[in-house]
Amino acid sequence: MRIALFLTCVNDTLYPGTGRAVVKLLTRLGVEVDFPAAQTCCGQAHYNTGYRHQAEPLARHFSDVFGAYEAVVTPSGSCAAMVRELYPRLGERARAEGRGEALARVLAPVVPKTYELTEFLVDVLGVTDVGAYFPHTVTYHPTCHGLRSLGLGDRPERLLAAVRGLTLAELPGAEECCGFGGTFAVKNADVSAAMGADKVRGAESTGAEVLCAADNSCLMHLGGTMTRLRTAMRPVHIAEILAATEEEPWS
Amino acid sequence: MSGMPDRASGKAPGHTSGKTPGRTPGGTFVGMPAFPRAAHDAVRDPTLRANLRHATRTIRDRRAKAVAELDDWDRLREAGKQIKDHTLRHLGHYLEQLEAAVTAAGGTVHWAADADEANRIVTGLVEATGEREVVKVKSMATQEIGLNEALEAAGIRAYETDLAELIVQLGEDRPSHILVPAIHRNRAEIRDIFRSRMARWGRPAPEGLTDTPAELAEAARLHLREKFLRAKVGISGANFMVAETGTLVVVESEGNGRMCLTLPETLISVVGIEKTVPTWRDLEVFLQTLPRSSTAERMNPYTSTWTGTADGDGPRAFHLVLLDNGRTDTLADEVGRQALRCIRCSACLNVCPVYERAGGHAYGSVYPGPIGAVLSPQLRGTASAIDASLPYASSLCGACYEVCPVAIDIPEVLVHLRERVVQGGEFTRHGAKVTLKPAGGHAAERAAMRAAGLVFAHPGLLRAGQRLAARTRRAHPRTLPGPGRAWSATRDLPAVPAEPFRDWWRRTQEGPGRPERTDGREAGA
Repeated sequence: MRIALFLTCVNDTLYPGTGRAVVKLLTRLGVEVDFPAAQTCCGQAHYNTGYRHQAEPLARHFSDVFGAYEAVVTPSGSCAAMVRELYPRLGERARAEGRGEALARVLAPVVPKTYELTEFLVDVLGVTDVGAYFPHTVTYHPTCHGLRSLGLGDRPERLLAAVRGLTLAELPGAEECCGFGGTFAVKNADVSAAMGADKVRGAESTGAEVLCAADNSCLMHLGGTMTRLRTAMRPVHIAEILAATEEEPWS
Repeated sequence: MSGMPDRASGKAPGHTSGKTPGRTPGGTFVGMPAFPRAAHDAVRDPTLRANLRHATRTIRDRRAKAVAELDDWDRLREAGKQIKDHTLRHLGHYLEQLEAAVTAAGGTVHWAADADEANRIVTGLVEATGEREVVKVKSMATQEIGLNEALEAAGIRAYETDLAELIVQLGEDRPSHILVPAIHRNRAEIRDIFRSRMARWGRPAPEGLTDTPAELAEAARLHLREKFLRAKVGISGANFMVAETGTLVVVESEGNGRMCLTLPETLISVVGIEKTVPTWRDLEVFLQTLPRSSTAERMNPYTSTWTGTADGDGPRAFHLVLLDNGRTDTLADEVGRQALRCIRCSACLNVCPVYERAGGHAYGSVYPGPIGAVLSPQLRGTASAIDASLPYASSLCGACYEVCPVAIDIPEVLVHLRERVVQGGEFTRHGAKVTLKPAGGHAAERAAMRAAGLVFAHPGLLRAGQRLAARTRRAHPRTLPGPGRAWSATRDLPAVPAEPFRDWWRRTQEGPGRPERTDGREAGA
């Protein structure tokens, strides 16, 4: 099977390690990975901040870049949700504004075939044991878009539970938002920081060495909070855990 | 819907709040600062944080259990949504049907386009009775229009009889929750308010009053009983109005509502027009979803229904004031209108991580929390600082939508209203189409979004930017100036890697020796 990796603009720029992990993991599972170099951003930040019309060309560009692939895999719950949940809404709104079916038609092909990474592993490849080795105690934070928009359920935990050497510690208040929320993090910085601090303290109380999530945006906020709170914990994207093996351990 | 504060805030003994931010005597929300500023102090008030955390989590967990008992919850939720949407689509028809039914049953219907008109009508009705005091059932609509203040200006005293509203009124405070208006108060604070303030309004608190829930409830009971027995005029809102029969419904927990609805000679009900349902049968859905969503009860203790007046029983005169106050304008907006489905259960407040930390007062309205963030800017417009900031008072986590018993997609409406704030556009105000200018204070953001849009439209620009960031990464500051400080004050910035992914990919995967590409296939689709 051949897929396109939509890494996301944040991961491409700030978290290339996550991208390398996805490539390594999927290649190990026999998937041929392509990274279309023309990819940029799904438009989520524009849309969520109130700039829907500026998100439209980005969505069109996404569709141009990825439209011909069999499947598009992304290591970000919120970017996957942007495509799956909000691209159809972009089309609906354009129609309501009297701009016809054009946008809906352009965006339609990418909607059903865009998958968040853990969803792709469990639902499309049908694996939960990906042959990973990660000898650490991990607590998992289900990010809001993965949890509530995509309905990832326990897929990430099932993948983690099958990792050799890994001890999974239950995160108290797991389903509560970490407080990132895109531009919310700066527009309502006080509340955002308070939510982040509560999440980090909850994670710390589990005794885990690693706080894992399937979205680096949330981990950027939590990781930045962790260092300020001087916790010894590390934020790690689930792809990096699933890519790690005894021969090539996570570092 | 009435709420017992001891359910929630009464179980955190020993705390005495030094201050509750933004609390001003007089109980109005006029001139509120923008949400982030109002939330700033609340986040730093440990007592308020503890009260809210304890209270919202308790109700949240109980609600989840009460909802899980029903295996047809999803269908009830869908039915509630459909009934409301249908009614709103044909609201004119159902309101006329309601008016005819209420009139036929001996009531009088008044139409109020806005708060001022509603206040004028109610004040006039009370003055016509010659009375100088009224008892009130807990009512969001009368708080929305500031009825108590309007009555006071006319020399009429309004007594709140819901326990939590009594606490708020005695404390010259403002409500901070729809169901539990005194949720920000703990038992010790309530005891202090009763001891120091009850005597000014009527029967004083009993000697040696402690902060046990039973004693606090008894003190309120004795204080209120005098008012119930004396009052000649009662004022209420309603949870539902049944168009086919002209019946109004109040759902409550304490029984004070029943007293106010049945003992006075004159009953005046002020109700938002969106509270209409077509038939009695429709109540079957909401009388299941409302109690479970709000107090986590299978059934609420008191459900009062009345239809006009009846000989020899209850009030001799009944007036229904139908309140618009921005609702028709809201109905004109395709995306925003779903907020009018709201049945005021407050489940969205109790699951909201932002509400829990910012507190209800920060929302600058009698409708706090996620539903307030979508209702207030629609009912009042987005001209004020607080109303323009409310659509951003959310991380869009979606917990509110998940619990909403009428499936209001609050995140969708929030984003829609953000668009209205930053881009302006055409919408309806006082029944007329107006073109709204983009709000001020967003110029830098607009420029940044445009710049980002340009970069993302050209992958080459993105790569150039990434490389520049990588080359200068050792020079990046740990803290940011200007608006970026909002991030770096509490969070470190991520380190910029030496090489963005796309360069790594090009270097290792697209070179001549690339292992995955030995099948001769072309890169790209």
